[in-house]
Amino acid sequence: MEFFKIRRDIPFMRHALVLNIISLVTFLAAVFFLITRGLHLSVEFTGGTLLEVSYSQPADLEAVRGGVAKLGYKDVQVQNFGTARDVLIRMPAVKGVSSSQQSEQVMSTLKALDASATLRRNEFVGPQVGDELALDGLKALASVVVGIMIYLALRFEWKFAVAAIIANLHDVVIILGFFAFFQWEFSLPVLAAVLAVLGYSVNESVVIFDRIRENFRRLRKMDTVAIIDNAITSTISRTIITHGSTQLMVLSMLLFGGPTLHYFALALTIGILFGIYSSVFVAAAIAMWLGVKREDLIKAGGAKRESDPNDPNAGAVV
Amino acid sequence: MNRYPLWKYAIIVIALLVGALYTAPNFFGEAPAVQVSPVKAVLKVDLATQARVEEALRDAGIRPDAISLEAGSLRVRVDSTDTQLKAKDAIQRALIKDPADPEYIVALNLLSRTPAWLSALHAAPMYLGLDLRGGVHFMLQVDMQAALSKKAESLAGDLRTMLREKNVRHGGISRNGQSIEVRLRDDAAVSAARAVILEQFPDLQTTEAQEGGDYKLTATIKPQAARRVQEQALKQNITTLHNRINELGVAEPVIQQQGLDRIVVQLPGVQDTAKAKDILGRTATLEIRMVDESTEGRAAETGTGPVPFGTERYLDRNGQAVIVKKQVILTGDNLTDAQPGFDSQTQEPTVNMTLDAKGSRIFRDVTRENVGKRMAIILFEKGKGEVVTAPVIRTEIGGGRVQISGRMTTVEANDTALLLRAGALAAPMEIIEERTIGPSLGAENIDKGFASVTWGFVAVAAFMCVYYLLFGVVSSVALAVNLLLLVAVLSMLQATLTLPGMAAMALVLGMAIDANVLINERVREELRNGASPQAAIHAGYDRAWATILDSNVTTLIAGLALLAFGSGPVRGFAVVHCLGILTSMFSAVFFSRGLVNLWYGSRKKLKTVSIGTVWRPEGQTAAKVD
Repeated sequence: MEFFKIRRDIPFMRHALVLNIISLVTFLAAVFFLITRGLHLSVEFTGGTLLEVSYSQPADLEAVRGGVAKLGYKDVQVQNFGTARDVLIRMPAVKGVSSSQQSEQVMSTLKALDASATLRRNEFVGPQVGDELALDGLKALASVVVGIMIYLALRFEWKFAVAAIIANLHDVVIILGFFAFFQWEFSLPVLAAVLAVLGYSVNESVVIFDRIRENFRRLRKMDTVAIIDNAITSTISRTIITHGSTQLMVLSMLLFGGPTLHYFALALTIGILFGIYSSVFVAAAIAMWLGVKREDLIKAGGAKRESDPNDPNAGAVV
Repeated sequence: MNRYPLWKYAIIVIALLVGALYTAPNFFGEAPAVQVSPVKAVLKVDLATQARVEEALRDAGIRPDAISLEAGSLRVRVDSTDTQLKAKDAIQRALIKDPADPEYIVALNLLSRTPAWLSALHAAPMYLGLDLRGGVHFMLQVDMQAALSKKAESLAGDLRTMLREKNVRHGGISRNGQSIEVRLRDDAAVSAARAVILEQFPDLQTTEAQEGGDYKLTATIKPQAARRVQEQALKQNITTLHNRINELGVAEPVIQQQGLDRIVVQLPGVQDTAKAKDILGRTATLEIRMVDESTEGRAAETGTGPVPFGTERYLDRNGQAVIVKKQVILTGDNLTDAQPGFDSQTQEPTVNMTLDAKGSRIFRDVTRENVGKRMAIILFEKGKGEVVTAPVIRTEIGGGRVQISGRMTTVEANDTALLLRAGALAAPMEIIEERTIGPSLGAENIDKGFASVTWGFVAVAAFMCVYYLLFGVVSSVALAVNLLLLVAVLSMLQATLTLPGMAAMALVLGMAIDANVLINERVREELRNGASPQAAIHAGYDRAWATILDSNVTTLIAGLALLAFGSGPVRGFAVVHCLGILTSMFSAVFFSRGLVNLWYGSRKKLKTVSIGTVWRPEGQTAAKVD
């Protein structure tokens, strides 16, 4: 079986400008939604109490809302969680009332409304923890970015490092944009997914850059644009198949993982799709515009491969 | 060119064997068990206890599957939950004489059915996180500022006493936050006070200031002393929590320090958060009282007379009655520290208590008047008192340093010091994070995580087999080996598996297949360009390797960052993610190459490779295939 019967190199770079403008627009839209709507942060970040209550029949959300409202708590969110019989109640932390009092009050009210209500899960996070988690998340993001850039700069060249990081940060912002636009819940596992995607889609750029470097060595007569086109074309089948496989796994999580893993899998799905797009169209184009040259990648003018015996790719020259 | 030397195959076989061995315990499932552990750190569960338990079970006609003594607790494995309850009752009857004051916790637990020979190799199943087995998780923040203020307060008192003893005249000592301010009239007094502090209070540092005609000496706790105070406060709080949680009868509680000022408490299987919180937040108090040495008191002590008016009867740890007066001399508030030590002359084990200034003053007066009599130190918990120790006063004790000695072993001295310290929390704590997961939700989460991994794996493997034929089968086997090794490593490390961890497992499998896709695509490409099959396999693996390494390093960077900055669920995710990447390097490259070499490597005249369609654009013929 072969899905990719490509006769000629696809001129990806010819449309680079248009595609990058589309990218920029998507990016700006994501930033816009992030600013105007903001992320719907989970209790882990904001602090507060969360109760997951299960009923024997489909729950009457209005009754639950009314019952909780009577207790005098403000900004209480009541929604279904996974099935119609499970309800998720979210309450901000209230000064002077301990979390256990809060959850006991709510549970006794709900039991009075419907005796089949059982507490499945209860979470309380103090506000100081929330701030810390947000800060740690940013630190993790920063160290991933810096770490990957240093690695790529050492392994390839700074232009590639910059291009890869811009392309993949643009993915991250777009994932966040989706979460802001749809007001999906942004929790700790989602943060983990976002960072995992960042590391993962950098892979994609690495594979393409690897090929570009190899092509610079091998195909002396081609110009940079043709070399990039050839590199992307010859790796496109691998790109699609790999991402397809990963997506199969993620899809399985989306289908069987239940509500707890839902947004985690969703973040991965968006990340994988945009990861392909940005690696193919954005990263290579930025590297091109930054002006990668044969001389950047092949030391000593690229005359002989023996010139750099430490290069692990030395064996790749035919 | 596609042959492995024997040692490489040997590595593969060994890795597979070890992997299978350590993964195996996860498949034996869990059996109901009864766990016996001591209520207090003082008591031990030993072979004698085991003999008693065995006898009790024999009498009740219960045949346990296994009895093991591990890490200070006795575990009895039985075949069904019915027997489990019966066994629990039987053991409880045999071990616990007074239900109001149990010496042992007899708790229901689940134990792995892992055969003994596997356990002997330290092969144990992965530990399931709370989100998979249900239970309660608390994170407590210790109020270190309060601990420091308390320390400053006691130092201020000590300083007051000391200045009076040395005849340094001052215009008042006050505590301002965590610093102590001493007002002084003149230069001479300032230098005298400073000398006293320098000599007697190594934990304090001083600065001086002039206000109007007055001099002010401000003493603050040195940073290293402050750190010591905080460490001790945290340790003491953890000890106290241990003692309290023991009463809950939780089989495997986790009480850990997190960061500098936090304590994480995890109680698997506990559903009643309210009760758990109640017990965590309870305060125990320590009281020092005089023993009634009158004839009536003596008579009551030996059990021959009634308890006299104005006294109370308490038992010590050996069950010996002690009759003490109702009047309280000192409480635990005046006790600043208790440490085990040795007498400098007799080399006997001792317990050294330190009292604060107020406590020392009272203690000096009381001991002066009661030489030759006994004083009892009583620990009250749950409104129930127990005499920790009742030593005889030999001489007047001043200065607040009390040494209890005589007829003690080193272990007893340690235990007594622990009990004295454990009386109260060193600093107040606040619950800043709390999570309860019902057992049904936990079981559901396991099923969901398991289904995600299984179906994802099946889908990917099916696709690979169809698309790459034999090479796809090799890739799928490599993926399965990756899963095997990952679970084996996690079991070996006794890592805690959580739902995000299971998600990471699924994700890492999806990512690991990337390496095999790269290799297979490379081999196809080489074939397309006209390489001979053997050369194509060789070149495919060699050239893909650099790319695989690069891409895994970038993924690993992200994983390590998550590990470094993540907490809770993110950490569980990151651990599995990082380990999975490492095991995938072995399975996807080294192991799959081994399989391919085994299959194709020995054939000299290889015509075709089963890797699916090697498509070539029309009009472009391949170079000669030999």
